[in-house]
Amino acid sequence: MAQGQIASGIVSGRLSSDELTSNFTDLHPPLAAHEAAVAADRCYFCYDAPCVTACPTDIDIPLFMRQIQAGQPEAAGETILAQNILGGMCARVCPTETLCEEACVRETAEGAPVEIGRLQRYATDSVMVAGDHPFERAASTGQTVAVIGAGPAGLACAHRLAMLGHDVVIHEGKPKPGGLNEYGIAAYKSTNDFAQAEVDWLLQIGGITIETGSVLGEGISLDGLVENYDAVFLSIGLAGVNALRAQGADLDGVRFAVDFISDVRQASDLAHLPVGRNVVVIGGGMTAVDAAVKSKLLGAEHVTIAYRRGRDAMGASRYEQDLASSHGVKIMTNVQPVAVHGNGAAAEIELEYTSSHDGQLSGTGEVIRLPADQVLKAIGQTLDGAPEGMTLDGNKIAVTGAGRTSMAGVWAGGDCAAGGEDLTVTAVAEGRDAAMDIHASLTA
Amino acid sequence: MADLKTNFLGIESPNPYWLASAPPTDKEYNVRRAFEAGWGGVVWKTLGSEGPPVVNVNGPRYGAIYGADRRLLGLNNIELITDRPLEVNLEEMARVKADYPDRALIASIMVPCEEAAWKAILPRVAETGADGIELNFGCPHGMSERGMGSAVGQVPEYIEMVTRWCKQYYDRPVIVKLTPNITDVRKPAEAAKNGGADAVSLINTINSITSVNLDTFSPEPSIDGKGSHGGYCGPAVKPIALSMVSEIARAQATHGLPISGIGGVTTWRDAAEFMALGCGTVQVCTAAMTYGFKIIDELTAGLSKWMDEKGYTDVSQVVGLAVPNVTDWQYLNLNYIAKAKIDQDQCIKCGRCYAACEDTSHQAISMSEDRVFEVMDDECVACNLCVDVCPVDGCISMVQMAAGEVDPRTGQEVQPEYANWTTHPNNPMAKAAE
Repeated sequence: MAQGQIASGIVSGRLSSDELTSNFTDLHPPLAAHEAAVAADRCYFCYDAPCVTACPTDIDIPLFMRQIQAGQPEAAGETILAQNILGGMCARVCPTETLCEEACVRETAEGAPVEIGRLQRYATDSVMVAGDHPFERAASTGQTVAVIGAGPAGLACAHRLAMLGHDVVIHEGKPKPGGLNEYGIAAYKSTNDFAQAEVDWLLQIGGITIETGSVLGEGISLDGLVENYDAVFLSIGLAGVNALRAQGADLDGVRFAVDFISDVRQASDLAHLPVGRNVVVIGGGMTAVDAAVKSKLLGAEHVTIAYRRGRDAMGASRYEQDLASSHGVKIMTNVQPVAVHGNGAAAEIELEYTSSHDGQLSGTGEVIRLPADQVLKAIGQTLDGAPEGMTLDGNKIAVTGAGRTSMAGVWAGGDCAAGGEDLTVTAVAEGRDAAMDIHASLTA
Repeated sequence: MADLKTNFLGIESPNPYWLASAPPTDKEYNVRRAFEAGWGGVVWKTLGSEGPPVVNVNGPRYGAIYGADRRLLGLNNIELITDRPLEVNLEEMARVKADYPDRALIASIMVPCEEAAWKAILPRVAETGADGIELNFGCPHGMSERGMGSAVGQVPEYIEMVTRWCKQYYDRPVIVKLTPNITDVRKPAEAAKNGGADAVSLINTINSITSVNLDTFSPEPSIDGKGSHGGYCGPAVKPIALSMVSEIARAQATHGLPISGIGGVTTWRDAAEFMALGCGTVQVCTAAMTYGFKIIDELTAGLSKWMDEKGYTDVSQVVGLAVPNVTDWQYLNLNYIAKAKIDQDQCIKCGRCYAACEDTSHQAISMSEDRVFEVMDDECVACNLCVDVCPVDGCISMVQMAAGEVDPRTGQEVQPEYANWTTHPNNPMAKAAE
């Protein structure tokens, strides 16, 4: 029987442990001190800097660059963390190429921005390596806030509230806190169990209790929370996934990309993690790219991203697309899944070419079949379990101002709330701002 | 390619680049390597009197100032004159000169300020076949505490006296090396000329402390927790050196006195600038100590290429070209009016010009919502700060206003004729225009 990459079906051990270790090391290794000094020195200290405007959390980037230049990376880290308590994770996962680094004037000048993301990591790592938690709690207000969901929005909200003197109880359904930082982010962007280390560091502020296995609607209710706490912050993310409406979508080997990614993140030994020989990922966002690249890194022979519209419409940035391509992932655009074929388990996927007229997508009738023993669905996540009576905006919780929902005493932020991109950094900003608003309302 | 052959005081060298008296010229081994690499000449590291040589510290002798990417911008040293016996140096100099007759070999000398000391050493130097001597009146540390080096260079009467002894007891060219640690460099230069010097060389190093260690509170370089001022050199001192050279080149009393320029020469362009301000040769040290002797290839090729482009065939044609353009402030043309102009196609919208102008200057640059930066001619005094802080070379320029145009800042018409402060109505000392 064929071994390794050409073994058919969904099997583990396609690559050696050494190859897997090498494949899943840091995508961007951390900067050494001299590299950081040189990289930070490229910052022009722009007036009213465009990078700050482009950052959802408004980090004072020129200031932290100057602090690195001046030999105080820990001070630079504090500048970052004061605005974005998950600045360490954001440094790793932010699509900087469409945020701060896209706005950097050196991108305009020479197509090579200041490496803001990597320098942010350098600075925040300096703080965390030192083991210090630079923030202190204000005197206790005697008030307690419930936060639902320990993802980036919930953690940012909790930390800010704790800092302001409130007590916080976080209800989290999963066994570990971190949300998508723990279960969703590409493994090669968050190595060495960084997500948990960051949560541990964040909790050093004190005053935050995390109750895992605690799910809204299962044992706790919003009404009960509103009654028992002084305020409630909902950061429940998008727990639902869009189904694939295609014949054969129920065959073995067809699964949600988010589950596959979660398995990779939680795997104790990647050599035991099975992956197909011919993997097809349906979708065009970051989740699709992450799932495709991970499949390739695990040793899949052929990995294809199949996206129904053109490249420009892909949710994944050009940088992410290139990342996939450089790992040997083939990106097919303007194709939509028609059927998955196989006898019990997926063997082939049938795709139909599409064309778009006035934004309306339609099949051209031309089809192509690809070998596919594993099909990963990355066609979007949806809000699941919005509390009853909550006003929605489209498919998300409607908010006004800094995350105020239609219910008194209840705020929402992160992916579950309407507005803003579904990014870690946006979630942090929303959590932080909601905390400030909750604080203002509780101390009014 | 323009020939760089140089004749300075009758001393010939294949190019105007000499290595300054310093560690790179301390011994035969280094000097041979320098000549093999292509250097035009060397000023041998300063010789002292016969007898037990000086000793150096056994800790760090240098401290540095860095720019981006640890680029060395300034170097400071607390090394003394040669710490090898006089006899050894003289033998080596004789051997090297015999093997490299086409290169310039100058002996730097520093002995006590007594006629007997100079009378004793000069014939021995002459025997080596060296092309000339350079009197080290500049070393600012250690030797000056013993009444030599800059202790002499700071007293014009001593300079004149010692120079005269040298001219009396030595028959080849005498170059006097000047210290910048004085208030008016024209005085020592004039003293050297009065004593009969054939040339001056400048600048020697500048008193300096490169940094303070904030853990031990010792100045750097630190010797067992203590520091002493050293001599500063390298690219950082070039502007100071250029100014001092120009003062000597244009002063009535010293105009025409040959100069060997020293101070931060790092590329061919630096050399060309020193030469344009009146230097017949340039001396290099820090650049060689930073990058090694191989930089001579760029120094010579660059100068030669530039001369070709300009149509100069001999280095002597370049010497002094800029001297007539160095003047006193009071003679600058006050009717010359310029305005900053920002090339929007080149602008990368960093806003540094705006911050500089708005915070620290004349509030003459506007900023729009979408980060378009424009000069307001009615406020712009053409100070050039925006040009200096702009990271894009050539993005902001100073454009001269034509005569007859109205300066929107003053509402006055730009006058075609030259007019300076000496005749300006605001000047209480103004002389009536004739």
